[in-house]
Amino acid sequence: MMRYLAGRLLRALLTIFLVVTFAFFVLRLSGDPALLIMSVDAPPESIEAFRKSWGLDQPIWMQYLAYIGHALTGDLGNSMRDGRPAIQLVLERVPATLAITVPAFFLKIAIGVPAGIYAALHRNSFADRLTMLLSVAGFTMPSFVLALLLVLVFSVQLGWLPSSGSEGMANAILPIVTLGAAGAAILARFTRSAMLEVLGQPYIRAASAKGLSWRRVVTEHALPNAAIPTTTIIGFMVGTLIAGAVVVESVFAWPGIGRLLVVSVANRDLAVVQTILLFVAATMVSANIIVDFVYGWIDPRMRTAPR
Amino acid sequence: MGVPLIDIRGLTVDFDAGQRVVRALHGVDLAIHGGEAVGLVGESGSGKSVTWLAALGLLGNRARIGGEVLFEGRNLVGAPASDLEAVRGARIAMIFQDPSSSLNPVYRIGQQLAEALQLHRGMSGAAALAEAARLLDRVGIADATRRLRDYPHELSGGMNQRVMIAMALSGQPRILVADEPTTALDATIQAQILELLQEIRRDSAMALVLISHDLGVVAENTDRVCVMYAGRIVEDAPIATIFEAPAHPYTSGLLAALPDLEGPRRRLLAIPGVVPEPWNLPLGCSFAPRCPEFERACEAAVPPAIELVHGHRAACIHARSGSA
Ligand SMILES: Nc1ncnc2c1ncn2[C@@H]1O[C@H](COP(=O)(O)OP(=O)(O)OP(=O)(O)O)[C@@H](O)[C@H]1O
Ligand SMILES: [Mg+2]
Repeated sequence: MMRYLAGRLLRALLTIFLVVTFAFFVLRLSGDPALLIMSVDAPPESIEAFRKSWGLDQPIWMQYLAYIGHALTGDLGNSMRDGRPAIQLVLERVPATLAITVPAFFLKIAIGVPAGIYAALHRNSFADRLTMLLSVAGFTMPSFVLALLLVLVFSVQLGWLPSSGSEGMANAILPIVTLGAAGAAILARFTRSAMLEVLGQPYIRAASAKGLSWRRVVTEHALPNAAIPTTTIIGFMVGTLIAGAVVVESVFAWPGIGRLLVVSVANRDLAVVQTILLFVAATMVSANIIVDFVYGWIDPRMRTAPR
Repeated sequence: MGVPLIDIRGLTVDFDAGQRVVRALHGVDLAIHGGEAVGLVGESGSGKSVTWLAALGLLGNRARIGGEVLFEGRNLVGAPASDLEAVRGARIAMIFQDPSSSLNPVYRIGQQLAEALQLHRGMSGAAALAEAARLLDRVGIADATRRLRDYPHELSGGMNQRVMIAMALSGQPRILVADEPTTALDATIQAQILELLQEIRRDSAMALVLISHDLGVVAENTDRVCVMYAGRIVEDAPIATIFEAPAHPYTSGLLAALPDLEGPRRRLLAIPGVVPEPWNLPLGCSFAPRCPEFERACEAAVPPAIELVHGHRAACIHARSGSA
């Protein structure tokens, strides 16, 4: 067990390291931050001075080693825009992002799971077909389209909710609904197929043959089994709490990490982009580890090998 | 023989398969008396499983069931769910072909047995677990108390089938329907499970319905056999009669396909041709296209089952002149 744990952790760290490395080189090879941050007509000497002060005049592998060296001591560099530590900029934005992703996460579960179960139990009924139609619509539609539709209806037509900004709770509603709807669609579809798979298993018929009521067959025999794959997907959704709102934050001008990422990429604010990617990789990897352990905990077949 | 324990009359099953409706059973008549052991044989798809799943209302809502299943003064066809639940497991228990996937993978053996005991005998807690251990011991599982804590995946297929049998016994049923209980198991285990079923039947006066492809297995373990073909019972007779004077050419075909243990080794004579699809049945007798005794009259109408002598029925136009 300890060895498994250590191996898992090592793989997780390696994943994070690879993400960081990849981001480092792609960012540096895809454009010169000096040209973007300084105004176009800045004199060449000051551009040169800018490069020198950020170490951009060094060979790229030197820059990379310096970056890794600092990162290992906890220093993730400063923003080229306002000079503050990148980590501080990023941490500032975490609450805003969580303020929409966490409610959206619960919304997904609260709608997606029951809808999927209901659809599976009433397979081919009108309700099932409607659920699946909405579900396909929900996850084929890009989130910015859904966001714009919601804005059109609730902000422009009805005037009930603000279309952008972050002044109050009302501003959070449309972003939450946009995120939640797409996730609920995925989860409904997934839960439905997990449930159908389980309902087709011999132990379900055997449980009925035992004399259990259908209600008990569903709640005591089908649901616990369908919960295994569904929990996995929900676990992966935890991994998107930080990074899953990039588009939605941009559309609604919500001041979270996603928007900071978009702005920083556009500006080649290297340290900030890298810090965000590090965060994202870390949350996803942690979510995967949690999923693994939860899986082993809820599925007895994962706990013990066959004799 | 008195009143049968269960009397299935004219049982039909239609599956609603989207565009078309497929008839899987075409009027099955089958009566079983208390304590009797009856075999149900036939090739795959002949309707052996569907007969008993329909009788217990286990086919789901896409199956339409007609006819009557008279059991303890009630007709189970169309009976309310609560009536069926009171019969399943408690009065008529059923075990299935694939024991390892017939047990719920997320519960321990003990929990699954205790659930049945709670349901049928109102037992709970320590009393239920003690009884569960006794049942496991009864079906020949060593170290029963420890096995209660195992999950199905930790046991072999044969062990799981023993657990299924123990679970079936928990309701002290009048009839045990064993649907190919040994198909998924290897030969030695198969013999042990069949031996166990025999033993239980001897001790408990429970009727046994043994569903099998294999006429040999049925002959060794039952008193009477019903041969099914394409959703009908084509012959119903005591074992001895089936071997000495089979009246239906399909039965003769199954007998010819049996390996001959005593005599010289010979090639098995499989019946030529295949079972027709339920949506594509031939006119008249469903067996006609494969029948060595085929004649034009066979296509005229479905031959009704006629009683040749008491306790021997066959549905073949040749049976009348043949063995009666
Ligand atoms: N749920 C279902 N939907 C549609 N058709 C079905 C269903 N279950 C069974 N059938 C059909 O009913 C017929 C009888 O099936 P059944 O399972 O009773 O055969 P069987 O004699 O038990 O065969 P096997 O030896 O393979 O178990 C088959 O043609 C089968 O395709
Ligand atoms: Mg079958």
